[in-house]
Amino acid sequence: MAAERGAASARRAREGGEDQTGLSPVEGYPEGGALELDRVIHERVRLGIVSALAVNGSLTFTDLRALLGTTDGNLSAHARRLEDAGYVLCKKTFDGRTPRTEYRLTAVGRRELEAYLAHMEAIIHATREQPEGSE
Amino acid sequence: MNLPARKLRRTQKPPLALHDRAMDDLRYIRETMERSGSFTHVSGLGVIAMGVIALAAAILAWGATDLWAWLGAWLGAAGLSFAAASFLMARKSRAEGIPLLTGPGRKFAWNVVPPLVVGAALTLACLELGATSLLPGSWLMLYGAAVVAAGSHSVRPVPLMGVLFMTVGMAALLAPPSWGDAFMAAGFGGLHLGFGFVIWRRHGG
Repeated sequence: MAAERGAASARRAREGGEDQTGLSPVEGYPEGGALELDRVIHERVRLGIVSALAVNGSLTFTDLRALLGTTDGNLSAHARRLEDAGYVLCKKTFDGRTPRTEYRLTAVGRRELEAYLAHMEAIIHATREQPEGSE
Repeated sequence: MNLPARKLRRTQKPPLALHDRAMDDLRYIRETMERSGSFTHVSGLGVIAMGVIALAAAILAWGATDLWAWLGAWLGAAGLSFAAASFLMARKSRAEGIPLLTGPGRKFAWNVVPPLVVGAALTLACLELGATSLLPGSWLMLYGAAVVAAGSHSVRPVPLMGVLFMTVGMAALLAPPSWGDAFMAAGFGGLHLGFGFVIWRRHGG
């Protein structure tokens, strides 16, 4: 349910402009073309969260903080952005009296990461094919 | 009061070329996946220390006059090895700035524990039944099983070392009982020293 909501939000985001969307055209490439970047995961910390979750079933807030070497506030803000976009699911439980926050990648998040990887590869491919001095 | 205008320093780095940024992003994704997906805190020096301790235990066990002295040598070595490996793994994880028991670390620990618990139970059963000649082969095979299972969350040499431990264990079970200490020395001593060196060279620690 949350993932569907998030997917809809990501879709809405894609249809709007950069301010709401999370998407923006890559400089030097035609708008609406294949080389639009997903701004939700283009940011470094968010990209790290999504990449780490792609190879782990789930990771706790503490695991992610240690792995990415970021602060509580920073990680929390970026994780919330991913959660709002429907890319990750957040589950809060208690381990005894200690609160435990666990994150999982959603199907939408996995698909968007794959799309992002494809975009990066396309950029590398396109820039390699450009003749020297054409920029 | 008007403050004097402060001269602004230009702190922004020149923008990265698109191609470089894309390459950098792909590298970052790969590194993050590797760091979070594998347990890389297995310390090469820790594994070498386990090998040295095992060789010392093999010498003591070879000269043991009764079963309890023999058992004491090997179980003492196991305890000492565990302590040394844990200390060096914790040191390596501190140096890398990642807590020892993050996601992959926890999986590693959970995979190591069950075969070792089985090994402890089997040791008691063998002592009870007087089948102590089965101990070297069983220990080597169960330790190998633990290393293979845990190694699936770690760097490549670790599961390979587990497979070789299981092979040496199988050979020990099939060989004459008097060769038990030689197989223990070859496995816990030789394999640990060899693979410890490889892990230390390739993955540090």
